[in-house]
Amino acid sequence: MATTETFYEVMRRQGISRRSFLKYCSLTATALGLAPSFAGTIAQAMETKPRTPVIWLHGLECTCCSESFIRSAHPLVSDVVLSMISLDYDDVLMASAGHQAEAILDEIRLKYKGQYILAVEGNPPLNQDGMSCIIGGRPFVEQLKEVAADCKAVISWGSCASWGCVQAAHPNPTQAVPVHKVITDKPIIKVPGCPPIAEVMTGVITYMLTFDRLPELDRQGRPKMFYGQRIHDKCYRRPHFDAGQFVEDWDDEGARKGYCLYKMGCKGPTTYNACSTTRWNNGVSFPIQSGHGCIGCSEDGFWDKGSFYDHVTNTNVFGIEANADKVGIAAAGTVGAAIAAHAAASAIQRIKQRAGEHHEENDQT
Amino acid sequence: MYTGVPTVKRTAVYVYQTPVRIWHWVNALSITVLAVTGYLIGSPLPTLPGEASDHYLMGYIRFFHFAAAYVFLVGFLFRIYWAFVGNSYSHQLFTLPFWRRRFWSELLHEVRWYAFQEPEPRKYVGHNPLAHLFMVVIITVGGLVMIVTGLALYSEQTGLGSWPDALFGWVIPFVGQSQDVRMWHHWGMWVIVVFVMLHVYTAIREDIMSRQSLISTMVSGWRMFKDDRP
Repeated sequence: MATTETFYEVMRRQGISRRSFLKYCSLTATALGLAPSFAGTIAQAMETKPRTPVIWLHGLECTCCSESFIRSAHPLVSDVVLSMISLDYDDVLMASAGHQAEAILDEIRLKYKGQYILAVEGNPPLNQDGMSCIIGGRPFVEQLKEVAADCKAVISWGSCASWGCVQAAHPNPTQAVPVHKVITDKPIIKVPGCPPIAEVMTGVITYMLTFDRLPELDRQGRPKMFYGQRIHDKCYRRPHFDAGQFVEDWDDEGARKGYCLYKMGCKGPTTYNACSTTRWNNGVSFPIQSGHGCIGCSEDGFWDKGSFYDHVTNTNVFGIEANADKVGIAAAGTVGAAIAAHAAASAIQRIKQRAGEHHEENDQT
Repeated sequence: MYTGVPTVKRTAVYVYQTPVRIWHWVNALSITVLAVTGYLIGSPLPTLPGEASDHYLMGYIRFFHFAAAYVFLVGFLFRIYWAFVGNSYSHQLFTLPFWRRRFWSELLHEVRWYAFQEPEPRKYVGHNPLAHLFMVVIITVGGLVMIVTGLALYSEQTGLGSWPDALFGWVIPFVGQSQDVRMWHHWGMWVIVVFVMLHVYTAIREDIMSRQSLISTMVSGWRMFKDDRP
């Protein structure tokens, strides 16, 4: 496989003349605010830097991440896969199969030790020695550990690889765990979502190739540029939230007017993702725009956080599920009744005591 | 000399210094505002008609919640400071004599008094043991939990890199995710509501039934004892 092909070679292959290439380098230097001498540096980098090999593994998952990825418009996924990276192994997209395909993994590991990026879609189940997910006759967890051992960095695609998602939801019979529970010695970039937005996926890859470093990550390992704010913070329905205009019922007047879906259980206020800015399908729409609340698919354990349609969701502790408002109102009511009863008992006791004191006084005189 | 008028000698001790009393009432007000606005953030008022630009109801409710939260926070920090510089009663709120046997036996006595099993309560210059326990658990520990979870939620809108995020942003992944923090903050509100109900009731009841003043003490600072017996 021609994985050593440089950016320059790719550009030449696509019919760009050397003259145009050098012009592009000078323009890039100017655009980046660099001195003219940097044009040469850029040209040299593009002539010598090989395309980064990427291995894309699939564990326990539904392939929705891949489905999303191939719909990327900015950049076009074809540009990413065919020009920017060298996608050497991806059982969904590659032509080879069987032992041929598996042989590529070993080849890349040896040839590009410490150089390649490992993208993981889905996660490894650990129960029954990992038998719930078999790749090429072996448990996925083994393949993951082997390939991760020599990689440069790991990209956890989607909520499965990042948090566990549906297969890790209660009671998690296969004991599926996110990638960071198994791979602990490599930098991991989490790109959660079920699936993640296509442009976010290609954007993360483009960033890593362009700047040759990991994007800036937040506390939980997500790229800040896409997961730094909540959907609520950039939602186009936010003015209705601030005004106090809510959809109270599906298909009511508020729903027709596009009011805020907060009362319908929209998880936009608790979900970190770029849906409200980047949107989906080439920026056409996103869930809230089509009238349904956000279900918080890019958040940790979103399947186990109660109803998608309540704002005050049930809390599950020690196997007991309870709603704060229901319990709170019941508790306040009970305590109120207890106080009233206690007050009455206290008053009766006091009257009795008073009567006793009067008797004592009468006895003395 | 017997005059026919019953005379009771009342002793008084200065317990709550002025800053503590001001803090108590400011705190009471801020908790009330926080509980009401907090509930309305969780369960907003019925939707408003007209243009979004005509209203800012949710914005104002949230503003009052955050403003009251700042008052509560500053009050809390001040109260810690006062525990160091105030009189000997001022640090009761932050210290619990957990290992002192007498504390627990007196606590039991106080519980029995409320269960009508004791003819009269004992006298305390500061908090009675039952009140003391509740104050430490609800106001100090509970207040701290509400401050930490509240500032963690506040950091979500002040954004990455802001001071609430730098100091309390870790709370969100520590607890689980944003929705979990919201729900625990919400449970905390109900715990405090129930505490306030009990607190107000027992304060009134003790003022009438016990051997010492309660409500007037938090106004004037002086604890009056109704009798001279130990």
